[in-house]
Amino acid sequence: MQTSGSVDERTQTSTPKKDISPLFGGLAFGIVFGFLLHKGGATKYDVIVGQLLLTDFTVLKIMLSAVLTGMIGIHVMKTLGWVELYPKAGSAGMNIVGGLIFGMGFAVLGYCPGTIAGAIGNGALDALVGGLAGILIGSGLFAALYPRLSKGILKKGYFGDLTFPRLFKVNDWVIVIPAATLIFAVLYWLERSGL
Amino acid sequence: MAFLTELRWSPYAVGIGIGILSWLSFLISRKPLATSTSFAKTSGMIERLFSGKDVAQKPYYQKIGLGVDWQWMLVVGIIAGSLISALLSGDFRLQWVPSLWADAFGGNPLLRVIVALVGGVLIGFGARLADGCTSGHGISGTLQLAVSSWISAVFFFIGGILTAHVIFTLIG
Repeated sequence: MQTSGSVDERTQTSTPKKDISPLFGGLAFGIVFGFLLHKGGATKYDVIVGQLLLTDFTVLKIMLSAVLTGMIGIHVMKTLGWVELYPKAGSAGMNIVGGLIFGMGFAVLGYCPGTIAGAIGNGALDALVGGLAGILIGSGLFAALYPRLSKGILKKGYFGDLTFPRLFKVNDWVIVIPAATLIFAVLYWLERSGL
Repeated sequence: MAFLTELRWSPYAVGIGIGILSWLSFLISRKPLATSTSFAKTSGMIERLFSGKDVAQKPYYQKIGLGVDWQWMLVVGIIAGSLISALLSGDFRLQWVPSLWADAFGGNPLLRVIVALVGGVLIGFGARLADGCTSGHGISGTLQLAVSSWISAVFFFIGGILTAHVIFTLIG
């Protein structure tokens, strides 16, 4: 990935040409992602807020079946040496405080960054005019405060790019199999209880 | 091909589809599906338009880098993909106020837009603080069994469920 970039720089110093094929890749993945989000109903305020009000479990069903499918496949490919993982570094301050602020915004806005793009494609003007502007303002605010935050809250309870298999010092599958079983059980229970 | 024009698919079909899409993005693009950093880049790029090149020197923008990249195009693709699906199923509709909101708080577009703006500020700030959103942490991070992502996903929903109940039960 990064090695190909440095080779480009060395060999093409006279004609600095940027490889734009990743942009088409991103666009193609996005089109399928957006198509799926709309087919699932996840581009709609009523469905997302219905999940947070615990009256409509569509969003949880989509997320858990995506995680179940993705987790098994990614770990099979990792075991085969086909892919590597990119776990994000975290801290208690980042993920708990940031998570709660995000969650509040999730309920007030009724869309998240991925689904707001889908909602805009679906014609939601509150998403385009209000929500999108708000997300840009909130992100800009963070960038302005970042020098101070990076010395304070972001460092509180820092644990780095840990994964559960590394935390417990076990083989990936010791976590993947129980996690997959648990997610399947939750989905089964949701269907059984008619939710 | 009739399934392409259906309004809704089973949430399990959609979820399995997104799961398989994530296999392919790891395999082909060497990247997890994630969206929120692109909003921060956009914010920086807009600020740069008005305030000049120095904006890119802000420590956070140096960290993430400003410019159009794979993930930025992914977000553009989501808009297009949702639009295509909505048009195919006759579901494209310009709407200011969602019906669940209108039932509780009325059909005033201005009120809804102001509240959406406030929610957006919280989401934008919270996503940067947590370094991810419902896709980057909630799906791509949890499927990698990242500790940061499971904590974030749980607190997204704790914050979201509590706030939604305050809005619709106490206020609405």
